[in-house]
Amino acid sequence: MELSGGQILIQSLKDEGVEFIFGYPGGAVLHLYDALFQQEGLKHILVRHEQGATHAADGYARATGKPGVVLVTSGPGATNAVTGIATAYLDSIPMVIISGQVPSPVIGSDAFQEVDMVGITRPCVKHNFLVKDVTKLAETIKKAFYVATTGRPGPVVVDVPKDITDPAIKVPYKYPKKITMRSYNPSVTGHKGQIKKAVELLLAAQKPVIYSGGGVVLGEASGQLTEFSQLLGYPITNTLMGLGAYPATDKQFIGMLGMHGTYEANMAMHESDVIIAIGARFDDRVTGKLADFCPYAKIIHIDIDPASISKTVKVDIPIVGEVKAVLEHMLELIKESKARPHKKALEAWWKQIDQWRSVKCLEYDRDSALIKPQYVIEQLYEVTKGQAYVTSDVGQHQMWAAQYYLFDKPRHWINSGGLGTMGFGLPAAIGVKLAFPEADVACVTGEASIQMCIQELSTALQYKTPVKIINLNNRYMGMVRQWQEFTYESRYSHSYMDTIPEFVKLAEAYGHVGIRIDKPEEVRPALEQAFAMKDRTVFLDIMTDRTENVYPMIEAGKGHHDMKLRVALGTPTDRELA
Amino acid sequence: MRHIISILIENESGALSRVAGLFSARGYNIESLTVAATEDPSLSRMTLVTRGNENIIEQITKQLNKLIDVVKLIDLVDTSHIERELMMLKVRTTEQTRAEIRSLVEIFRGQIIDVTPTTYVIEMTGPSEKLDAFVAATNPDSIIEVVRSGATGISRGEVGLHL
Repeated sequence: MELSGGQILIQSLKDEGVEFIFGYPGGAVLHLYDALFQQEGLKHILVRHEQGATHAADGYARATGKPGVVLVTSGPGATNAVTGIATAYLDSIPMVIISGQVPSPVIGSDAFQEVDMVGITRPCVKHNFLVKDVTKLAETIKKAFYVATTGRPGPVVVDVPKDITDPAIKVPYKYPKKITMRSYNPSVTGHKGQIKKAVELLLAAQKPVIYSGGGVVLGEASGQLTEFSQLLGYPITNTLMGLGAYPATDKQFIGMLGMHGTYEANMAMHESDVIIAIGARFDDRVTGKLADFCPYAKIIHIDIDPASISKTVKVDIPIVGEVKAVLEHMLELIKESKARPHKKALEAWWKQIDQWRSVKCLEYDRDSALIKPQYVIEQLYEVTKGQAYVTSDVGQHQMWAAQYYLFDKPRHWINSGGLGTMGFGLPAAIGVKLAFPEADVACVTGEASIQMCIQELSTALQYKTPVKIINLNNRYMGMVRQWQEFTYESRYSHSYMDTIPEFVKLAEAYGHVGIRIDKPEEVRPALEQAFAMKDRTVFLDIMTDRTENVYPMIEAGKGHHDMKLRVALGTPTDRELA
Repeated sequence: MRHIISILIENESGALSRVAGLFSARGYNIESLTVAATEDPSLSRMTLVTRGNENIIEQITKQLNKLIDVVKLIDLVDTSHIERELMMLKVRTTEQTRAEIRSLVEIFRGQIIDVTPTTYVIEMTGPSEKLDAFVAATNPDSIIEVVRSGATGISRGEVGLHL
């Protein structure tokens, strides 16, 4: 079969099983868009800004586990996509981004809409390619998907000069079934001796904590993690990226850890004698001050990326491998072993944890006449029966969503954890809704974040993706304001906007439903009304308490045991409690 | 500590900038970097000299291995190895200094490869330390320019970096 480069690219995506492509046309990709026009099967989602395309593809990838695909033109199209590419890179999300490039003969001449996309994206992709030969195009696309989806996943850019997609040049097409690359061998099973040592250490632990992250979600190892945790009976905490990998409503779950983690999770980490980190990378928002991190613990670390091991925290038993395979192996060994978890020690440990739990670090003022953002998230949880896909933007609302929506299933909590990209939530929600049209999809956001990609409201109308936007409107960039309150003596430098649009009118202008909520008693009925409108995108503009802060908090440069709580503890903390 | 990392990398355009970019992005230090084709035209060989404590060198080798184009690498300092660097040094000469320069070059087993009435170009190979020593022994006022290739290296015996 002889095809042009444009046709080859489209056919390759189809042969790869791609369902949606998120994009925006322009000069360098016109041949490709013409090929797209003349086919059926591959659905193109026309966004309103290339950043939206990357976040929508990213949301789709996070919810489904399948790679997200983006198509943008050269120059500004490509640079607009960079924020979304970096977002995916920091959270290890599989994506393939196809960017147009100026024709090969003029590359390097500062041609119209030319940027060095391969150079610009090099530090924020897993890998990138510049296609130089149309006969290598199909193979390059195959490689891009292979690299993006295997090992530690990540975004891969394929930069395609316009002449490569020229309809006049046809070459034989065959999509490779399999590909091998001598320089890339991602699959690893985990060192058997290390796994055995880890199991022995775990079974001898007196104050163990399981600390699991986004790698468990990405590695589809939730089932194994749950079985593993329940077989041992140990407390488990999740990172922001790992929420949902273990059911949050289970009694063994002690909440999220880190900067805005629960008191019990952080104190348990601090006092533990054995930590097993599973698909987590000891991010600075998780560890706090490194010198004070888990001072009494031996640390086991399972990760697919050798470079994650002992990067910031030196570990005692590193295991490089896919979390799923390693956990399965560990489960076998635990079941075979004669050793059992130390019953008495474990009872004492749980007693201690329950004491920390009794601090009720997530309590807030429920009698307030103002709408408390935490209350909104709790109501969202109830109205959606805990089953919704929740995307978020970045800031206080993101932390409240993570703390108060109890995720029982993986891939339902979709947020930009690593890069912290404001503007992520709405396009991500559109991507999720396309993948799961029947599911409830909520975007928890704030009045600052939502304005960063608000133009995608138009995309939501065009493709009928009825998502519910939960705008926690506190008339501040809340997280910035909170830091300014704590560390800059309340000098609120540029953390508020003097002009905020009327979101209800804005939603209506985009063809959606807008509802403004001013009183606590209106929250529940409005949420019920919004989710009852199955076929409408609803923008809930909720006027929340302006001064509310996210608690608990480990301030920058402090350790897990040094948390700022809403109500200062009158009781001794730290080791005195132990 | 000084490390010599030898890398086999796919001979693709941009391979060099992936390595150089990794070092600048992660704040690692590069003392020298050489790159050239090998007997296999699809592969390039890079030799990179860097300094750092054990943790940093471990991260450097892991991050390099993570680059998709990197096929294989070794830290030559971990094995018995030979290190060579090429230097060309141009000095200003006078009738009074020529004999002294010639004898210094001989002691260091270098060669004079270009002569003009007022200059010598001296060629010298050896471990980087030896070249440093020669430069230190040469009268700094006489030096017109120094060109060094950066260190390269190879392991001794049967051990080798190949596919």
